[in-house]
Amino acid sequence: MIEIEHVLVVGGILFSIGLFVALSRRNAVGVLMGIELMLNSVNVNLIGFAKLSESPTPITGQVFAVFVITVAAAEAAVALALAVSVYRYRQSIDVDRLDLLKW
Amino acid sequence: MDDTAVVIAFWVMAVLTLVSALMVAMVHDLIHAVLFLILSFVGVAGLYVTLSADFVAVVQVLIYAGAISVLMLFSILLTPRSARDNAAVSYAAPIASLAILVGIVLSYAAVETNWAKSTNEFGSTAREIGNALLDPYVLPFEVASILLVVAMIGAIILVRPTEEAAQADGDQA
Repeated sequence: MIEIEHVLVVGGILFSIGLFVALSRRNAVGVLMGIELMLNSVNVNLIGFAKLSESPTPITGQVFAVFVITVAAAEAAVALALAVSVYRYRQSIDVDRLDLLKW
Repeated sequence: MDDTAVVIAFWVMAVLTLVSALMVAMVHDLIHAVLFLILSFVGVAGLYVTLSADFVAVVQVLIYAGAISVLMLFSILLTPRSARDNAAVSYAAPIASLAILVGIVLSYAAVETNWAKSTNEFGSTAREIGNALLDPYVLPFEVASILLVVAMIGAIILVRPTEEAAQADGDQA
């Protein structure tokens, strides 16, 4: 029997790994990978709640997961276009060196 | 379906997901990181299957393991001179302890909370999701489609070369 705590713990560990990746990568694409991992962990939690928690309309969790995937796809497309566009001007997408707006 | 088989499949997929996510954090080459990321996405899709969300699992494989990872590979290949390896950041230790702390807090909260448990059975999840998208969630559904169009147009505009750059390319050719 899969317990809801197990699903949530797996989701929590996946979230913390994603947080580490997002904060420790220097390449902007690497940061985006961490963000995608965190979004995935949120989806794991939503699907877990849809299956294992008490609700009058349990399918809602899966619908929300589909919405999260949609928004993640839009976000990835824009972020990667931004990375390519920044690279064209700076020859680098090292997030430590992109400090043009810092005063 | 046999219950213990589902539990075993769940834990196998959980270990696959978490190990390949850790490898994303550990490997140096970004291309290898994307490949482990794909493995992690497939593991998450397996978790969805064990939690009887088959439609979302298929969407996960199509969108994440298919589209988003190919986008990432392309943008890594289009930015060749930027540092591809994950050069050691000076603040790796504090970040790691922060991430471990967040993981411990989330796990503690998940284990200690008294959840309202039950086991829901779904029929055909594709049909139920379709009905839900067209009855209570019509507005978010339409907004999501507008968001996708806006993101697509925005991405195309962002990566289009400027007029001068296009002309310079034409002069060189």
